Amino acid sequence: MARRESKLADKIAIDMTPMIDVVFQLMSFFMCTLKVVTPEGDFNVRMPMAAAAAAAPDDQQVPPVRVKLSAGADGSLASIAMNGSAVADFEELRRKVISLVGTDTGPNSLAEKTEVELDCDYSLKYANVVRAITAVSGKVQGGQIVELIKKIKFTPPKKGGS
Amino acid sequence: MGRKQESEVSSTDIDMTPMIDMTFQLITFFMFVMNFSEAEQDDRIQLPSSQLAKPVEGAMESPITLQLTNKGSIVYAGEEVAVADIGAYLEREKTVMLESGKEPNAATVIVRADGRSKTGEVQKIIQTCQEKGFERFALRAQYDEGQ
Repeated sequence: MARRESKLADKIAIDMTPMIDVVFQLMSFFMCTLKVVTPEGDFNVRMPMAAAAAAAPDDQQVPPVRVKLSAGADGSLASIAMNGSAVADFEELRRKVISLVGTDTGPNSLAEKTEVELDCDYSLKYANVVRAITAVSGKVQGGQIVELIKKIKFTPPKKGGS
Repeated sequence: MGRKQESEVSSTDIDMTPMIDMTFQLITFFMFVMNFSEAEQDDRIQLPSSQLAKPVEGAMESPITLQLTNKGSIVYAGEEVAVADIGAYLEREKTVMLESGKEPNAATVIVRADGRSKTGEVQKIIQTCQEKGFERFALRAQYDEGQ
């Protein structure tokens, strides 16, 4: 017991200051370099040259779904139209897409073969395009993502705009 | 004075162990949270959010990141480039691809466009890429867990 007590008394002689200095430096370094990364995901779009695609004979039996997004004066969304008929909002667009292709998205299904062609005004804000892609490409059902149409392409860009 | 001396002597009695424990825990936490991946994120860009933009696992094959700001300029490899001038940079990317024995269509162009930017500009970028032979695009969006 006597030995142990003397050991305890020795321990306080160790100078902790440099270690604590370094440790705090390390801590402040990691705190300062901390960058909060928000999770991001991708929508994959495969678009070969538009001219070549147009020239090639259409061996696909399913005609593409044309979604037209019109912009207002300030770039906000003015109207949505699917295959020429007006759609009130993106929820209705999704319902229409589901009624068109069904929910079967397995191989060789209608949903897999169907292609969506987005026709957007030049000045339309890009966030609306992402909302439209979200509406046609799937839905969240009970935390699970149900995929709908995966093939998405754009019409050739329009001239003009400011 | 007598009192002060006494307190100096007793200051060595302070138990440093919990503090050091905590500090090391904090260091470990910050070390793990720090990401070394070169995620190209830019404060100038506010991505549109989508519930379906699930974070991707694994790295993409030869990614080229083009970030479109809401002012209509592209942030490419850290520098700001006008949309009209991006063709020259893509030509360089294409040359690099061809020299390493890969076709340009094997590369994926990641488009990180600001939600407030004009769709026409995004389409212009895509068209320029197509002219250079790139045909795989990934439109990046922020993952929105809510709703």
